[in-house]
Amino acid sequence: MDLKLDHYTEGDTEIVVVEGEIDVYTAPRLRELLIDLVNKGNFHLVVNMEKVEFLDSTGLGVLVGGLKRVRAHDGTLDLVCTQERILKIFRITGLTKVFGIHNTVQEAIDKRSAK
Amino acid sequence: MATITLTISALPAHVRTARLMAATVARRAGIAASAIDEIRLAVGEACSRAVAAHKVHCPAQPILLQLIDGSSPDTVPVSLPDAAGLVPHTDGTGAQRFEVIVSDRAPAQDTVESVGPAEPLLEGLFLDGEDTPPGGISGFSPGLGLAVITGLADEVKIDPSDRGTIVRMSWPLMSQPSHDPSAN
Repeated sequence: MDLKLDHYTEGDTEIVVVEGEIDVYTAPRLRELLIDLVNKGNFHLVVNMEKVEFLDSTGLGVLVGGLKRVRAHDGTLDLVCTQERILKIFRITGLTKVFGIHNTVQEAIDKRSAK
Repeated sequence: MATITLTISALPAHVRTARLMAATVARRAGIAASAIDEIRLAVGEACSRAVAAHKVHCPAQPILLQLIDGSSPDTVPVSLPDAAGLVPHTDGTGAQRFEVIVSDRAPAQDTVESVGPAEPLLEGLFLDGEDTPPGGISGFSPGLGLAVITGLADEVKIDPSDRGTIVRMSWPLMSQPSHDPSAN
């Protein structure tokens, strides 16, 4: 299926909900959304990937790009993902050390608040 | 060996088509269910890399994808129009393996690529925003794509040349191929 994007605010965190396939064709839309959110002053992002069916290196590049942008404002970008097949590509590329990857949106928010 | 050949225009939208076809053919060939996701991802990475290279160097040229089921008794040779002489030939090692060959026609010497641990790739190789070269695809990093392919495929061989790059990937087939008619 194609990519569906949504986002909502929870406290000082913007939750981005991603559904479908993130690949070389659809990743530019996610990139535009992340840039738009940062440009509007949202520097704490949580990307919920529980409904992502496919993720490739282009999608990883967009997520790292988003991380770079929020860090430039002392912000954070955390991920919510429990799907083994999606987590695998983060492991292969070593990006599990770069992103905070959580089981739920609430866990992602709580862990950042505790820092 | 049965071979299925797909030619795609160098457009990101067609990478998904290539992925779906690779997964379908792999399933039919009897690849273990756990490896189907790996094949889908590796083929997508190889095609994304090829599309990105073509967009810069030769956007009008097609990209060739070959899916070779080493278990099939079909031995009818596939004859392809090959103006550039680029159609790679299997080297006979494909028996009892599922092999995928992605061939592009972009000169390899102009494409800066590397395969290695992800850590060095994090600095500068993630193309994003203003880092994207003219005609490039935002967010795509060829080096990272090849690193993912290397991590996923059971065997990988990458042959770059001034006439294009050939990426060969293969996975072992299970002894009893699946003939489940619903396996589409």
